[in-house]
Amino acid sequence: MENIVIIGNGIAGVSAARHIRKLSDKRIIIVSAETDYFFSRTALMYVYMGHMKFDHIQPYENWFWEKNRIELVRAYVNKVDTNNKQLLLDGSRALNYDKLIIATGSKPNKFGWPGQDLHGVQGLYSKQDLDLLEVNAPNKDVCKRAVIVGGGLIGIELAEMLRSRAIPVTFLVRESSFWNGVLPEGESQLINEHIKEHHIDLRLSTNLKEIVADENGKVKSIIIEETGEELACDMVGLTAGVTPNIDFLKDSEIELGRGVKVNRFLETNVKDIYAIGDCAEQHEAIGNRRPIEAVWYTGRMMGETVAQTICGNKLEYKPGHWFNSAKFLDVEYQTYGWVFGERGQKEYEEQFHWRHATEKICITVSFHKESNAFLGINTFGIRMRHEIFDRWLTEERDVDYVISHLADANFDPEFYKNYEKEITHKFNTDFNKSLSTKKKSLKRIFQFN
Amino acid sequence: MSTYDRSMALTGQPPTALSRNQKLATLIGLFGLAIVLLSAFNVNFPNKGLWLSVSLSAIATGIIWFAWDAYSKKEPGIKNDGVWFKSISSKGFWGWVAGIALTSFYIILYFYPEYLGLVAKGSNKGVIGLFDPLSRALSGNPASQWFVYGTLYTVAILAFGIKFMWKYRHNRYERIRTISVMFFQTGFAFIIPELMARLNGSSVLNGGSLPYYDLKNMWPLNYYNFEGYRIKGFLSSGDIGFGLLIFGVLTIFVISPILTYKYGKRWYCSWVCGCGGLAETAGDSFRQLSDKTVKAWKVERWVVHSVVVFVTLMTTAVVYSYLGTDTSKYWLTKSTFLLGVAFLLTLVFGLVMLFKRKQLQKDAQYGAIGYLVIILALIGIHFFSGDGNVFLFKSETLRKSYSFLIGSIFSGVIGTGFYPIFGNRVWCRFGCPMAAILGFQQRLFSKFRITTNGGQCISCGNCSTYCEMGIDVRAYAQKGENIVRSSCVGCGICSAVCPRGVLKLENGPLQGRIDSNQVLLGNDVDLMSLVNKK
Repeated sequence: MENIVIIGNGIAGVSAARHIRKLSDKRIIIVSAETDYFFSRTALMYVYMGHMKFDHIQPYENWFWEKNRIELVRAYVNKVDTNNKQLLLDGSRALNYDKLIIATGSKPNKFGWPGQDLHGVQGLYSKQDLDLLEVNAPNKDVCKRAVIVGGGLIGIELAEMLRSRAIPVTFLVRESSFWNGVLPEGESQLINEHIKEHHIDLRLSTNLKEIVADENGKVKSIIIEETGEELACDMVGLTAGVTPNIDFLKDSEIELGRGVKVNRFLETNVKDIYAIGDCAEQHEAIGNRRPIEAVWYTGRMMGETVAQTICGNKLEYKPGHWFNSAKFLDVEYQTYGWVFGERGQKEYEEQFHWRHATEKICITVSFHKESNAFLGINTFGIRMRHEIFDRWLTEERDVDYVISHLADANFDPEFYKNYEKEITHKFNTDFNKSLSTKKKSLKRIFQFN
Repeated sequence: MSTYDRSMALTGQPPTALSRNQKLATLIGLFGLAIVLLSAFNVNFPNKGLWLSVSLSAIATGIIWFAWDAYSKKEPGIKNDGVWFKSISSKGFWGWVAGIALTSFYIILYFYPEYLGLVAKGSNKGVIGLFDPLSRALSGNPASQWFVYGTLYTVAILAFGIKFMWKYRHNRYERIRTISVMFFQTGFAFIIPELMARLNGSSVLNGGSLPYYDLKNMWPLNYYNFEGYRIKGFLSSGDIGFGLLIFGVLTIFVISPILTYKYGKRWYCSWVCGCGGLAETAGDSFRQLSDKTVKAWKVERWVVHSVVVFVTLMTTAVVYSYLGTDTSKYWLTKSTFLLGVAFLLTLVFGLVMLFKRKQLQKDAQYGAIGYLVIILALIGIHFFSGDGNVFLFKSETLRKSYSFLIGSIFSGVIGTGFYPIFGNRVWCRFGCPMAAILGFQQRLFSKFRITTNGGQCISCGNCSTYCEMGIDVRAYAQKGENIVRSSCVGCGICSAVCPRGVLKLENGPLQGRIDSNQVLLGNDVDLMSLVNKK
């Protein structure tokens, strides 16, 4: 019986394991140094905030693994010996594999700031980081102020977490507006305002110069690059993005770039070794995607795909239309297709933006200047139906169709206020058109007769 | 073990102490409660009407002020910070204190009302005496323990309802739903029946007197609706009484199936029902305590359906006991009735097995067959033996045991008393026969579902954690499968707490209502069609 070993029990590794089990009888072993059981990484924040206990963020009950004959090994992989097809675990034990899937995820970026390894300085990625946060910032008496460095998704989540315990937070963001490398201006502006509503001290266009230690080697303060201002704090969160967690492969035969280099079949340069999820790096980016995609959904999709290949149905990784979601404090964000921020905006891309007069609700629709084709949508504070946008992108609908049929795509709970009329009106005014808003049609949504 | 498990504090560290407003609100609320408690120890308040008003307003004010301070100054959004750190909402010390206090209250209420001051002949004392003025104002009669309970129940739904609406003020579905349960509790459960009692003996009712009837409370939740004394009451009260009796039959056989088909059982369980109303308002702080394991689900299915069988047998026996045998006197006789019941049950069973068998789990099929055989056998035994005891026991024995075991112990003592331990829907989930029947309809013949939004689920678990019915919502959502579960009461909280906008309660076409996907939306189209083909 073939021996499949998966390093990493995150969403990518576990998706691969589940699908291999569905398709075959192979022996499956998952090795993880982080936790005994799979948990939802994106939900770690809710444990600190007291919304859930750690048990709650484990998607499967503990009997699931034995029942599905997925063996779990708690160990750290030191080395991959590709010649003997063997892993070295915890510096002592050996584990043989016939096929190996590397799904080790990411680790927080550190950019060589002075003091970045002091006590009280940490990233937020793993279960261990969460445990460390309970030591560094258990409450506002121990942690009188926290400084977060890096304005991305993890940074704003960490800010929300700390605020749930009433800890004062200063949020240093390098960019001139929150996450504007990804978000168009209007949306980024809306989130800036929302961050301040939550009493977070947001500092835009601000870089970290150094982290200062006290006599015990613990963080005492930070110094800001631009102004030289020194800010006293007890905890520093480094959230300037993540990088593939592949140090243990440095001496192996496996080809590495920033991540583990893979082809479209998710194969590495070494036979029978695959890499999926955050740690995999495509030789060439797929479409508008980045070569490394540290996103929950792509981890899952690669797991679904590699399972096919391993079970004899060799399959290219061909992700469908891009989608993603996040939550910024109280504002939900969804995106379907491609909408670029100012820096990344394509020369053919035209954007339409609508924002509610008082609420934190807005949308941005992106379309092709010449052909009028619909390219993508970002929504804040309005939920949209994934299936509808996926369908519209496949059918290559034009932007007029999308705007006039927006009601079909709305996924807000029942009785919520609808804004399709206002949106259409603004679109008509901006682009000198005379579209009308079509009523929501269950027939179109569910495609039945 | 991680660091935060080591704390021995009774309350988790964050969030910290109560604010000044919250302390004052607690003081006022407890003052109101103290008046009730003092009267229980037979402190005789001079002006009962005034003291009762003071007490009830103090309780309500305390709750509302506390909630106002907790929620109104924050941004609208999900307010679950620290739920698992507070001992009251995480089965800690205060949770157990509250559970034991509530349970004791129910035991006294159901079994020892004399301790509350109930006096069979003469004027009430104690707590019940305190409530006399209000009862006289409404129905003209002195209060009973049920009136005291009904009043407190209504105050709880109203005050905690306002709290709930503040907590979820960004969510219009929750606000409207809460207004609905507050309305039905105050109007239908509390005021209308009391006012109806005023009509008793009047010419409108031909001099008859109606039984106490909460119109929204249908059989089998209202398991006593077809008992002899009530039928007599209905039939003695002219056209109105007869109309109400017909309405009682129509609600379960016609009205509820139609509404459940269109909207799912939520139209009742989380929009109208009083038990649901209390669970959604006063019980909201305990929704996360329900057990989500597959094991609990198995227990739930067996227990709740056994209650349905029990209530069916019991009601059949009770109705049987007062029917006659002479067809010339009244068309419905003992044997016609029994045959009718047997026919109806067989018909439902047959239709389900014929058209919906594939949607039933193995154990559900065995259970259904087993129970049908038992009921038919019991009816058969009766015909062949001609014994006076239908179903082996005297109908009165069946009625009394049901009323004690299910009506009192299960729905009251365990169902509500254990809110802080087992969660707020223990009764609705494990015990309510009404919920089971509506759930059966919801699962097999309804347009309602919770739609999962393509591939957007991140398996975070907020939906499952905050599902009061103990449904592992995430297990479906992460497969891209819609949630169509008989127990779902449609409270909408899973959708509210979802951080990625994955869940939507909606009514849509029956076609494709349940569709499980191995590979989720967003991946390779070829792979999806290869693996997901049905």
